[in-house]
Amino acid sequence: MNIDQVMHTFIAESRELLEQMENALLAVAHDGADAVNAIFRAAHTIKGSAGMFGLDPVVEFTHVAESVLDKVRDGHVPVTDALVALLLACCDHIGALVDAVENGTLEHDVSLHEAGAPLVAALQGYLDGDGAPAASATAAGAVTPAPLAGGMQEWDIQLRFGADVLRNGMDPLSFIRYLAQLGSIVRIETLDERLPGADEFDPESCYLGFRIGFASFEPQATIDGVFDFVRDDCEIQIAPVDVTPATAAPAAVASAVQPAPVEVPAVQAAAPTAEAPARVKQQQQEKRTVRVDADKLDRLIDLVGELIIAGASTSVVARRAQIPELLECTSTLSSLVEEVRDSALQLRMVKIGATFNRFQRVVHDVARELGKDIRLEVNGEDAELDKTVVEKIGDPLTHLVRNAMDHGIEAAEVRLARGKPAQGTVSLNAYHDSGSIVIEVADDGGGLKRERILAKGIERGLVEPGRVLSDKEIFNLIFEPGFSTAEQVTNLSGRGVGMDVVKRNIVALRGSVEIASREGAGTTVTVRLPLTLAIINGFQVGVGKSVFVIPMDMVEECIEFHEQPGCDWVDLRGQPLPYVRLRERFGIDGLPSRRRSIVVVRYGSRRAGLVVDHLLGEFQTVIKPLGKVFAGARFLSGSSILGNGDVALILDMAALFTSFSDLESHRV
Amino acid sequence: MRVEGEMTIYRAAELKPGLLDTVREHAAPALDLSAVTEFDSAGLQLLLVARQEAARLGKRLAVSAASSAVRDVCALLGVDLEEAAA
Repeated sequence: MNIDQVMHTFIAESRELLEQMENALLAVAHDGADAVNAIFRAAHTIKGSAGMFGLDPVVEFTHVAESVLDKVRDGHVPVTDALVALLLACCDHIGALVDAVENGTLEHDVSLHEAGAPLVAALQGYLDGDGAPAASATAAGAVTPAPLAGGMQEWDIQLRFGADVLRNGMDPLSFIRYLAQLGSIVRIETLDERLPGADEFDPESCYLGFRIGFASFEPQATIDGVFDFVRDDCEIQIAPVDVTPATAAPAAVASAVQPAPVEVPAVQAAAPTAEAPARVKQQQQEKRTVRVDADKLDRLIDLVGELIIAGASTSVVARRAQIPELLECTSTLSSLVEEVRDSALQLRMVKIGATFNRFQRVVHDVARELGKDIRLEVNGEDAELDKTVVEKIGDPLTHLVRNAMDHGIEAAEVRLARGKPAQGTVSLNAYHDSGSIVIEVADDGGGLKRERILAKGIERGLVEPGRVLSDKEIFNLIFEPGFSTAEQVTNLSGRGVGMDVVKRNIVALRGSVEIASREGAGTTVTVRLPLTLAIINGFQVGVGKSVFVIPMDMVEECIEFHEQPGCDWVDLRGQPLPYVRLRERFGIDGLPSRRRSIVVVRYGSRRAGLVVDHLLGEFQTVIKPLGKVFAGARFLSGSSILGNGDVALILDMAALFTSFSDLESHRV
Repeated sequence: MRVEGEMTIYRAAELKPGLLDTVREHAAPALDLSAVTEFDSAGLQLLLVARQEAARLGKRLAVSAASSAVRDVCALLGVDLEEAAA
């Protein structure tokens, strides 16, 4: 462990805390006291850790915010909209300070300091100017034993610092100083029995231990958290002190004051013991998570990818060699590899909830900016998807949400006139659907004006005059480049980046986007994304000598193909099924084989057939991006290397289905 | 012996021989810590080791004066500056 790493942890944790603080701020209206406490704790923890690193600008600023929060907690300052907005701005400023810490520019950044000044001034306004607030911050002489008040718990903390703590740039003293801020040190004993003789004594090793009696309102996890930075080379034992005579005394006094039944002290004594196992359990759960560098995970996924390719080629060789034992081994191996793949991918899966919650802030800010009353409704936060997808979906979603608020939701008067509630609703919804994740951004606003979009499309030359288009096709015009950046023509007109950028970003993730709208009732944008970008279960099909891969989750069934001249659909149990011949689509030479098959695939709500020569079966497929040379190739989303070293092409279902709807519309 | 400036991890190795020599060579070793500007755990350890060595030799290491930096740390950690080494 070195100081850089520790600093890194500080930065990462501060950001997490800021996020929690932000969420709590946004929830303060209905969560009340709980949210205020959460905000206070987050600010306090950031201040404490910043203090350990001597990041004075962070400490000073956070301290002022914390003092205000303390007053809010005591009920001296009411929670108003203005205060929430101010505290959100403070959150951002602390975030900026943390960024500056990361870039190493904290000390010299004058503009940052200036940016903080008005916030500090505004915060001071809430402090009524009473007392010197800074005095309480660095209470160095916190040794004064305070009497145990109600709700305080006394802890017995034993610390043994490892030999390398000092060399790693940490001073046990700073932890104890920090601890003193969380409560009061009732007694302390410096344990020096590990000190060796003078000659063996290495002045740069640490031999010290401490036994501390500590009284605090904080839960065990918080106290335990003080030592996060030294946990690796430190022995820490934190145990609640049983109700000793010292703590029992106030209880006895209390029961003496009110003529209470005899059970009361017994109940009070039992309470801590009942809580203790719960605390221990909570602590164990905390320790069960490990922070891992995202790069390491990516490396692991890469290696698993290589493992799958190598495994596949082993299976091919084994099948060719026809040695039964070898075949058995390779089949065991491949099922293990499959499990390794699934668990490795699972590691990168994150819940979409964290991303969704970020939008509470976006909605809050934009609503203020626009002067509209809008609330965000979030559903399906538990749906999981790959971390890399989550990272890339943030910007397009932000754009969609802002659009919905800016252009979708009408002004309050208009809403009331239309018989809708004055408060507009934007909702985010996520769910899994056949190997994809679907994210819906919906609003209950004015909807898209079909005729105006069509007129605009004709004017732009995107639509031939006189063509009959379905609603969906008209709405999809919005995603055309140059469409939304036009003057205020549609109610979705641009703000720099248009909907075409949103679409491009989503398509780059092998996803698709659709829009549905009812004029006057609202608009729903549906984004469909693959769960992972790395490895899929693929269904391989052969056309001539080429091999194509269809994502397995989309394959519904395979049926025999009977050519009917002049007909580009087949009868699937009474339902017409449009199909496409891959041989034609990709211009593959040679005669089709005599027995061809149709693979029935489903994408979203639609079904279609792909005519192929051979069915090769299910294989694990490691997706490799196509080179730049193939950038113009439609209908392909990537490539994969087969066991025998050949290359297979992965079909881009979103693009293929788009081509189907083109065909359908031409037919109309 | 008088220690000036920092008494911290950065100078611990440098200070150790001088401190031990003082303890070993003087019949009644005394430390003047009034000019110590910074004092950390490493400094405290040095002090404790010197005391322990004095005790081994049957002497007592006196701290004749201490700066506020030293006093604060000792107060925080409950170390008695005047305490007998035994």
